[in-house]
Amino acid sequence: MADRVMSSTAALAEALHEEMSRDETVFIIGEDLIAHGGIFGQFKGLPEKFPGRVIDTPISETAIVGAGLGAALTGMRPLVDMHFADFVTCAMDEIVNQTSKIRYMFGGQVKVPLVIWAPDGAGLRAAAHHSQSLEGWFVHTPGIKVVIPSEPADVKGLAKAAIRDDDPVIFFQHKKLFSKEGPVPAGEHIVPLGKAAVKRSGDHVTLLTYGSGFYMSMEASEELSKMGIEAEVIDLRTLKPLDFDTIAQSVKKTNRAVVVHEACLSGGFGAEVAARISSELFDYLDAPVIRVAAKDVPMPFSPTLENFVLPKVEDVIKAVRQVTYR
Amino acid sequence: MPEDTETLLSLYRTMVTIRKFETLAGEMFAAGKIPGFIHLSIGQEASSVGVCSVLRPDDYIMTTHRGHGHVIAKGADLKKMFAELMGRKTGYCKGKGGSMHIADFSIGILGANGVVAGGFPIAVGAGLSIKLRKTDQVAACFFGDGASNRGTFHEALNMAAIWKLPILFVCENNCYASTTRTSYACSVEDIAVRAKGYNIPGITVDGNDILAVREAATQAVTRARKGEGPTLLENKTYRRRGHFEGDPQKYRNQAEVAEWEQKNDPLFRFTTILKKKKILTNELEKEIQEKAETELRKAVKFAEESEFPKPEEALEDMFINP
Repeated sequence: MADRVMSSTAALAEALHEEMSRDETVFIIGEDLIAHGGIFGQFKGLPEKFPGRVIDTPISETAIVGAGLGAALTGMRPLVDMHFADFVTCAMDEIVNQTSKIRYMFGGQVKVPLVIWAPDGAGLRAAAHHSQSLEGWFVHTPGIKVVIPSEPADVKGLAKAAIRDDDPVIFFQHKKLFSKEGPVPAGEHIVPLGKAAVKRSGDHVTLLTYGSGFYMSMEASEELSKMGIEAEVIDLRTLKPLDFDTIAQSVKKTNRAVVVHEACLSGGFGAEVAARISSELFDYLDAPVIRVAAKDVPMPFSPTLENFVLPKVEDVIKAVRQVTYR
Repeated sequence: MPEDTETLLSLYRTMVTIRKFETLAGEMFAAGKIPGFIHLSIGQEASSVGVCSVLRPDDYIMTTHRGHGHVIAKGADLKKMFAELMGRKTGYCKGKGGSMHIADFSIGILGANGVVAGGFPIAVGAGLSIKLRKTDQVAACFFGDGASNRGTFHEALNMAAIWKLPILFVCENNCYASTTRTSYACSVEDIAVRAKGYNIPGITVDGNDILAVREAATQAVTRARKGEGPTLLENKTYRRRGHFEGDPQKYRNQAEVAEWEQKNDPLFRFTTILKKKKILTNELEKEIQEKAETELRKAVKFAEESEFPKPEEALEDMFINP
């Protein structure tokens, strides 16, 4: 079947329609799901089609995640909606101490097929409590997989893969990218967890990115091309497990790497990627690995302030020119 | 509630097994045979046995750091328990969990939890799953007085109440949360009165009277199975050992402990009842005690003869699809 052009929101809804039709143990739990179709309208149509399987909760993040976990341990396959990724902070015990550790701590006795869906990211003038990119925390938590798609086709394919996976997955989706459109395959389209995608080929530098950083990197690549610099853009898609083979293959070819993410710089996922490239691919490098990231402050509200804090296309171009000495 | 002889003796046997398990675990810990920390439930046997005895094998329990008694009462394998306490490969969690993390999903033990009040939200999930799967199972969530002061208690009881989930929230009020007296840390004397805030029944019982616990738990289970919702059950008891083994217990005097031991021991009280009813003779008492000891000796032998996990096994059991 030919690909249709649709938004990331529609791609997620399609994945959920398909998975809920396929498996009656799949259900969705969170705040404001039924009347509003999710706070971003991302679950529209699902409450009517699957009555009783889209469950509205009180504002109780701790109990919401715990409820998902307890249900996952007893035969169900829940998707927990965090409302905003920022609110994981209200359920950190359930995510970090319980969900991520239960299978291991109990010696592999049980599977934990739980998806925690967390809309993240800045750029909506939503200020410090509704704008964060927190993926790094969970990469640093053994026992939970971290998925963060950018394009609509990957949203669909990774959502389906995450729901079918028997391990817990935290699934970040950038709020500003909900309306971004792209071709999406109809029907059974699965993107396996742990596989990065080379989305633009180039010989001069590797851009390693995900989420909103992907679109920034693609835009920068077009500008760089005009200067005669061809960037290879790798959309990492899953941060854990990380597809380091795809990264290595590209860096061995380009000998230069820039990591681009919207999360703040210090202790971010870019540091992990840069460290691995430096320690495993040192002999291939012609320049240090550079990170493009947000500045290390809480996300401010006023547009002039937020724009200043967030990484921009020009920052990517600057970083690439630095590592290519151009 | 009239109880038949076999049921009464079965309750007694389980209480004896738990008391002897905990006593032996304490001795083995003191002898350096059990690494880490252990938290014993000596003196709280009426609560574990009273509640678990009214559950079915397919019902769920969530337990705590002080959970040996609960899992034994739910039917856990003593061999796998001792092996886990001793960090062996044959233990319940292959040596990855230890005393604070015993689980047996095959008999509904969804796990002990090292985080105080960590079990509440998970119990809500088990209750929700029961409702979605349309079975008549129930979930019992054991917790201490200290846990009732955490936010998870509020979120979980409210959620369980609005959805009428089949859950027994079982508070074991043992007078201490770690080193802090309940009377200092709780705004109420009886934890069960907090049930009013969630519009669910709250029952306070003498938690050292196994038959009283059983009767209250039966009421709560009946209500849950009928789809009428959760109950907050408070079993008033006393923590006879320190918070952990080796706790210097500077926060209380030993006369207080001795008084509970001498005047309000749940096992002694039940023994007295059974002897008065002539259900338990001195001979039968001896026989039951010896049988429990033999079983525990076998369990310890199994654990001691079991191998430690190989170091690199630390990298196994995290993901199903790595």
